[in-house]
Amino acid sequence: MTTLTRRAAILSAAALPAALARPALAQSGDPFRIGLVLPMTGPFASTGRQIDAAIKAWLRANPAAVAGKRLEILLRDDTGVAPDVTRRLAQELVVRERVRALAGFGLTPLALSAAPIATEAKVPMIVMAAATSIIPQRSPYIVRTSFTLPQAVRPMAEWAAKNGIKSVVTMVTDFAPGLDSEKAFKEAFSAAGGNVVAEIRTPLRNPDYAPFLQRVRDLKPDALFIFVPSGEGSALIKQFSERGLKEAGIRLIGTGDVLDDDILNDMGDAVLGAVTSHHYSTAHESRENAAFREAFKAVAPDMRPNFMAVGGWDGMHLLAEALRRTNGDVDGTKLVEAMKGQSWTSPRGPVSIDPATREMVQDIYIRRTERRDGQLWNVEFDKIQGVKDAA
Amino acid sequence: MAAAITVLLDGVASGMLLFVLSVGLSVTLGLMNVVNLAHGAFGMVGGYVCVVLLSRAGVPFLPSLAAATLVAAALGWVLERLLYVRLYGRDHLDQVLFSIGLVFVMGAAADWLMGARQQLIQLPEWLSGRVEFAGIGLGRYRIFLILLCGAVAAGLHFGLVRTRFGARLRAAVDDGVVARGMGLPVGRIFSLTFALGSGLAGLGGALGVEVLGLDPNFPLKYLVYFLVVVAVGGANSVIGPFVAAILLGVLDVAGKYWVPQVGAFVIYTAMVVLLLARPDGLLAKARS
Repeated sequence: MTTLTRRAAILSAAALPAALARPALAQSGDPFRIGLVLPMTGPFASTGRQIDAAIKAWLRANPAAVAGKRLEILLRDDTGVAPDVTRRLAQELVVRERVRALAGFGLTPLALSAAPIATEAKVPMIVMAAATSIIPQRSPYIVRTSFTLPQAVRPMAEWAAKNGIKSVVTMVTDFAPGLDSEKAFKEAFSAAGGNVVAEIRTPLRNPDYAPFLQRVRDLKPDALFIFVPSGEGSALIKQFSERGLKEAGIRLIGTGDVLDDDILNDMGDAVLGAVTSHHYSTAHESRENAAFREAFKAVAPDMRPNFMAVGGWDGMHLLAEALRRTNGDVDGTKLVEAMKGQSWTSPRGPVSIDPATREMVQDIYIRRTERRDGQLWNVEFDKIQGVKDAA
Repeated sequence: MAAAITVLLDGVASGMLLFVLSVGLSVTLGLMNVVNLAHGAFGMVGGYVCVVLLSRAGVPFLPSLAAATLVAAALGWVLERLLYVRLYGRDHLDQVLFSIGLVFVMGAAADWLMGARQQLIQLPEWLSGRVEFAGIGLGRYRIFLILLCGAVAAGLHFGLVRTRFGARLRAAVDDGVVARGMGLPVGRIFSLTFALGSGLAGLGGALGVEVLGLDPNFPLKYLVYFLVVVAVGGANSVIGPFVAAILLGVLDVAGKYWVPQVGAFVIYTAMVVLLLARPDGLLAKARS
């Protein structure tokens, strides 16, 4: 080896640590990285696709940089059924990718498994979908932009009691969210003077709703309250009408996730006239929602944005606004502080973050399924303003 | 009383559907001695064919059913020739591993092609709604299920007992070596039988979209039901699984109607009791 090349080798070796250290020196110009953990495959892929599309739409519709920082999304697929995978992905995102915020989280067990990571790393964790009440209590860094089940269920019960429905049979799937909504409905409906005649729980792996519905028909309540996993809703409602429950004078009420906008249009005329309560309908009439739908359409022309999508959109808004308020300071504790108490007009209507619970305070709408321009929509006709999580 | 009859008829309808879905399994498992846990996957394929034709291509319901049957049968035939034929002589663990693997492959393929969500179909006008007859209400689709599946069951029974193909199949199953020695094309008989079983599963899957739902989990979700039918029904004829399916359908529906708290378990209790009483299947002759 000649002296010259040896010298070059020594020089380049000396330069190596400097090259490695460069990103650390250039910290101020770093992008703000957000780790997005969603079920993009598996049985809950619809949730992931909706939120992912909404976030892409938000990034297109808004300035690329906030307080001098470019927002960068790192998407990971947790398949929706494995909490340990969610936890591992969240950890990798924090440790290896140095994300300054976590977001997404399709289902309750997934959100719960990632909560300790957010606490330990002190990064904000925006829950955009999972809906069980306890989630934000698991970490002071969790802020939720979706909704909670009691938030949607109680207004339904109160509306029913006020609108001539005196007796109700509840029919829920036998799993945690189902039992939550059964309890919330019974409490609110009884408090409003109604009577829950029977509580039916259907197994999670259920081949056929027919016998349960036949029982409901013979019990002759004024209305049937249902809560089932989103994809199951249509099968249940179809059999509801096939069995002639509508003709028997039994009304169908439930929460809006049963008539998810993502699949509503394929459900057919059987769902016409069903009354549900929810925080968002694609058919919501407002300037903000029109802009949201347009931005969403540019990203996903074949999809209708549903309540999951609006959770993703609002989550991005909340995070960006917090970053603006801290003037680009990425400290997790300061970001969460900046989120508390924020209020803005979302595509779903006026919302705010309750500083005490870090939950959405939002209007809950009572909607009826109608056919308009050849398509099925959940048309809002009544609302309860400023509903907090009641649990 | 009227409620009891409605429940009974509902149970018969769901039992009939269960029979069409699982009879192929009782033939492959019971007669050919192949543990084919992928049986439900053929039902899923039939279901998806029906959904695509009916909802996307606008083909009427009955031709869609026929197409679902044929596609599932063709797929069954191809897979039998390519893959299953290598497993006939292997032990059951190999067959279980292979067929479960096939379920995952087909489930993933369905997920990739059609998405993970529940598929929905719109039944034609003449099959929707409900008829009242002497105070007894019954969905039109369930009447249709009872008639169609009943016809399939009768056809199968007479096919197996009365036709030449049936006789050859029984011979091939009873003693393959002798049958082959008598000049029977045992291999071809098996693949035709396998295709027939798969086709029926496809028909069942297509009929079941409206009642059972359809997603890429279908083959695993209902596997237990298929196996219960085969275990309880025994494997000596078409009648055994048929009676078993009807019985389980009725018990399942009745259990969910009258005791919804434990409704989901009635079918398993029934299986345990029946197997304790008749370990070789409902209609099996006493063990010699």
